[in-house]
Amino acid sequence: MGIEVVVEGLTKSFGKQNIWQDVSLTLPAGEVSVMLGPSGTGKTVFLKSIIGLLKPEHGRVLINGVDMVNSPERDIMETRKLFGLMFQDGALFGSMSLFDNIAFPLREHTRKKESEIRRIVMERIDIVGLLGAEGKLPGEISGGMRKRAGLARALVLDPQIILCDEPDSGLDPVRTAYLSQLLIDLNAQIDATMLIVTHNLDIAATVPDNMGMLFCRNLVTFGPREVLLTSDVPVVSQFLSGRREGPIGMSEEKDAATLAAEQLNGNGNGNGYGSAPRTVVPQLEPSPGMPVRQAALRRRERVLGMMGRLPEAARTAIMNSYTPAAGGARP
Amino acid sequence: MTAEIPVRPPEPPATDATPPRQTPVQKQPTRLLAPLRETGKLFALALSVTRAVFRRPFQVREFIEQFWFIASVTILPAALVSIPFGAVIALQVGSLTEQLGAQSFTGGASVLAVIQQASPLIVALLISGAGGSAICADLGSRKIREELDAMEVMGVSPIQRLVVPRVLATMFVAVLLNGLVSVVGTLGGYFFNVIMQHGTPGAYLASFSALAQLPDLYISEFKALIFGFIAGIVAAYRGLNPRGGPKGVGDAVNQSVVITFMLLFFVNMVLTAIYLQIVPAKGS
Repeated sequence: MGIEVVVEGLTKSFGKQNIWQDVSLTLPAGEVSVMLGPSGTGKTVFLKSIIGLLKPEHGRVLINGVDMVNSPERDIMETRKLFGLMFQDGALFGSMSLFDNIAFPLREHTRKKESEIRRIVMERIDIVGLLGAEGKLPGEISGGMRKRAGLARALVLDPQIILCDEPDSGLDPVRTAYLSQLLIDLNAQIDATMLIVTHNLDIAATVPDNMGMLFCRNLVTFGPREVLLTSDVPVVSQFLSGRREGPIGMSEEKDAATLAAEQLNGNGNGNGYGSAPRTVVPQLEPSPGMPVRQAALRRRERVLGMMGRLPEAARTAIMNSYTPAAGGARP
Repeated sequence: MTAEIPVRPPEPPATDATPPRQTPVQKQPTRLLAPLRETGKLFALALSVTRAVFRRPFQVREFIEQFWFIASVTILPAALVSIPFGAVIALQVGSLTEQLGAQSFTGGASVLAVIQQASPLIVALLISGAGGSAICADLGSRKIREELDAMEVMGVSPIQRLVVPRVLATMFVAVLLNGLVSVVGTLGGYFFNVIMQHGTPGAYLASFSALAQLPDLYISEFKALIFGFIAGIVAAYRGLNPRGGPKGVGDAVNQSVVITFMLLFFVNMVLTAIYLQIVPAKGS
């Protein structure tokens, strides 16, 4: 079972520029979470802070009792072995072949025999669909392939926590769909806690158990997927429907005047935000033959427990999703 | 805007440390102290490298590769530079001693100059110019391609995995190269003194043992060791902290060579002064 990640009051600035402040959330053990946000809101910075590459000024990130912000370097290094991080552009070692890249964590951290390393690495290469390219150097393959190789390297140590930085960028829609399925299958198999940072709406709608959104130096919200997918918070609904009307402007934030004018004119939909009822797309299920996702069962208990505190729309969506027969009309 | 938060997972039990709610006021570091800060970080890196040297597992493969690389780019230039250098010193000292009427001491004087001063400096300049710049560029481009981050994320310390083998390689190559340069430089000096200035071979060799002593060789090798360490550390430090993009890596390489040169000449002066104080000159 994965490990719970508790983030408390995290605040990060670069010089005078505040990236986000007072971010608190809990990634429930073994579940898949997605962090959304417009470009440039510090999603990648958030990922790197969780793993301890960047040090926020305030707050802490607790994993197994180790604070990834303030603990001694030795503990942090030890805890990092539980992580698999997929970088935005793969971050492969340019001087090594794909095979050596993917074998690197095994050779560094385990005393496995070369034949066994070969077996594990080829298995992972097969999962991400790179068979035949293992002898190539990272400079000789496409960006999408580098990305998948980066994922294979992140998976090779059977991590308890998997962090993906924009797994979709540079991939075509079909590969993105395969990747979404792959992430869910992985979660079913190894039950790792996963955090995906993205602004791809398909991934956001179909993959996660939980969603969060960063905007304008704050964590707008974090909760079960249905809550965000049915949310009528302007930022969230604008983002999830990809509209121009709403608080998000080209340079992150619209000024108040534009926003007011927009609301007066009653923009495209006629009735302001969130008027078109959004349907909650069902979550991806593991492929046939995969084990049942333990996280889905745990999440069900957890969500039912907090039902009373959820908004009406989210409650309906959750009830629909948990009673498959009743919601037969769903597309 | 701060939206009302619809739901959050259950908060962990309240702790005593409550984070400040308002935007933290960042104290801007003053620019005046920037050089001190850089120096401090350089020393911190030197310290952590020294500590990481003793941490297992030692990266034998990486060490041998780096050792071979640095040796291969420095041996030939070092030999070629040291012949004219030994010759220049021999000629200069030779003509000076001739005027003073102490021609028989040419050998000792030029050999002392070559072994104690010229040789470690030639070694250091070549190590930092040829080896250090390559190390700096290599680490710098790995840094901007996020390879070092990836390594750290996998729980592997880049200092132990990459920097330690490189620093050890520069140190050992420096020591060995110093031997080579001393020998070649001395032979060059001998050749020019005896052939060009018609010095007597016997006097040259005799003054050698009259003035020079073993500690001169020790300090020479010690200097080379220290210079190799400095060249390696400075190259690694600049390589690990490039500023912004590929241009930053170029600047870092440039700076690493310049900083190393300045540090070397300063450290050389200090070491020489200390040596002359604590080791009495032969025969005095």
